[in-house]
Amino acid sequence: MSTPIIDARGLACPEPVVLTQQAAKKYDAFTVLVDNRTAVQNITRFCGYQKLSVLTTQEGSEFRMEIAAKGN
Amino acid sequence: MSTEIQMTKLAKCAGCGAKVGAGTLSRLLGGLPVHRDENLLVGYDTSDDASVYRISDDLAIVQTLDFFPPIVDDPYTFGKIAATNALSDIFAMGAEVKLAMNILCVSTLMDDEAIHDLLRGGYEKVYEAGGILAGGHTIQGEEPKYGLSVTGFAHPDRILKNSGAQPGDVLILTKPLGIGILTTAAKVSLAPAAAYQKAVEFMCTLNRTARDIMVRFPVHSCTDVTGFGLLGHTCEMAEGSGVSIRLSYHDIPCHDGVYELAQMGILPEGMYRNRDFAQPRVTAAPEVDLAMQDILYDPQTSGGLLIAVPEKEAPALLRALRDRIPCAAIIGQVLPRGEWDVMIDG
Repeated sequence: MSTPIIDARGLACPEPVVLTQQAAKKYDAFTVLVDNRTAVQNITRFCGYQKLSVLTTQEGSEFRMEIAAKGN
Repeated sequence: MSTEIQMTKLAKCAGCGAKVGAGTLSRLLGGLPVHRDENLLVGYDTSDDASVYRISDDLAIVQTLDFFPPIVDDPYTFGKIAATNALSDIFAMGAEVKLAMNILCVSTLMDDEAIHDLLRGGYEKVYEAGGILAGGHTIQGEEPKYGLSVTGFAHPDRILKNSGAQPGDVLILTKPLGIGILTTAAKVSLAPAAAYQKAVEFMCTLNRTARDIMVRFPVHSCTDVTGFGLLGHTCEMAEGSGVSIRLSYHDIPCHDGVYELAQMGILPEGMYRNRDFAQPRVTAAPEVDLAMQDILYDPQTSGGLLIAVPEKEAPALLRALRDRIPCAAIIGQVLPRGEWDVMIDG
């Protein structure tokens, strides 16, 4: 199943985590693309406190974060 | 006042968050020759706030330098904050401010009025600190930066190093934490307005009052809490002093809204650098959750003084501080050296 993709590459913190918060209000499952570790860690923090599952895979210098409401 | 220019838009990282991490710094300095001089009372080998050189039996000069990119949009306020932050290193050594010099990098996007306002902010703080602005150096570059080189005076026997804490001391902090988180949130308009305004006021508040009160008491050690965050600077104090330090999270003053922002992942890059450096030396009780820990690693710009004072003197010092600085609080205790540099209780 393809999920909406939020492209947050090239954005400075805290923009990527803000886009993630906005997406979490709209979608049960979505993917965020980021290109720095601070963004990965900020988004991981957000998902932890919001009880969202997150699966992060690194592709070169970029990160793909698949985020879903737990139970999905 | 110039209103057109938004200073933080010209900068990649804000304020003390731009500081190179403590781990990187010690790697960069490693292997460089250290020249000994019996009059150099404090050099860079102990990661202290300023260097101290004895000129005579009753006079030492205290020397420091600090500068960074804009942390707020208004040039005048940025000037005040950068100067307050640079002057703080002198106060953290228990010294008096004497001379200051501007270090300035201007962007072509700043007009004359913005530059003038920035410098005016710096001048005001140097004079308020009891010093004289005696010159400086200005260059052009893409990203603006401002700060000061400051010279202070102290009695050589009354220098307050960051390595003098003793078991039986308690720790007092004189400004709330959360500056890095609030300024990060402000970039995306998520900072609560009142909390942000208060944080800016604190960044513009000299540590001179705290210093002037502190030196009337038998204080063992002092440092200011800046780019390495409370835990980074506390680790340095613990390691340098050969002690362990227990902090009590709920006694630590924090700006309003910071915990909620930390839970939302609104955290500056410098927080992660500080965590990478200090975490192996720190243990936290289970009730101190990730967001609470993040606040303790948050890089502070123009933060407060962290003062180690014998427990029996602490109530009187705290009373005197609170008369002028109501948020001052006892946040922890100094213990004999144990397994960890710092332990955090809930």
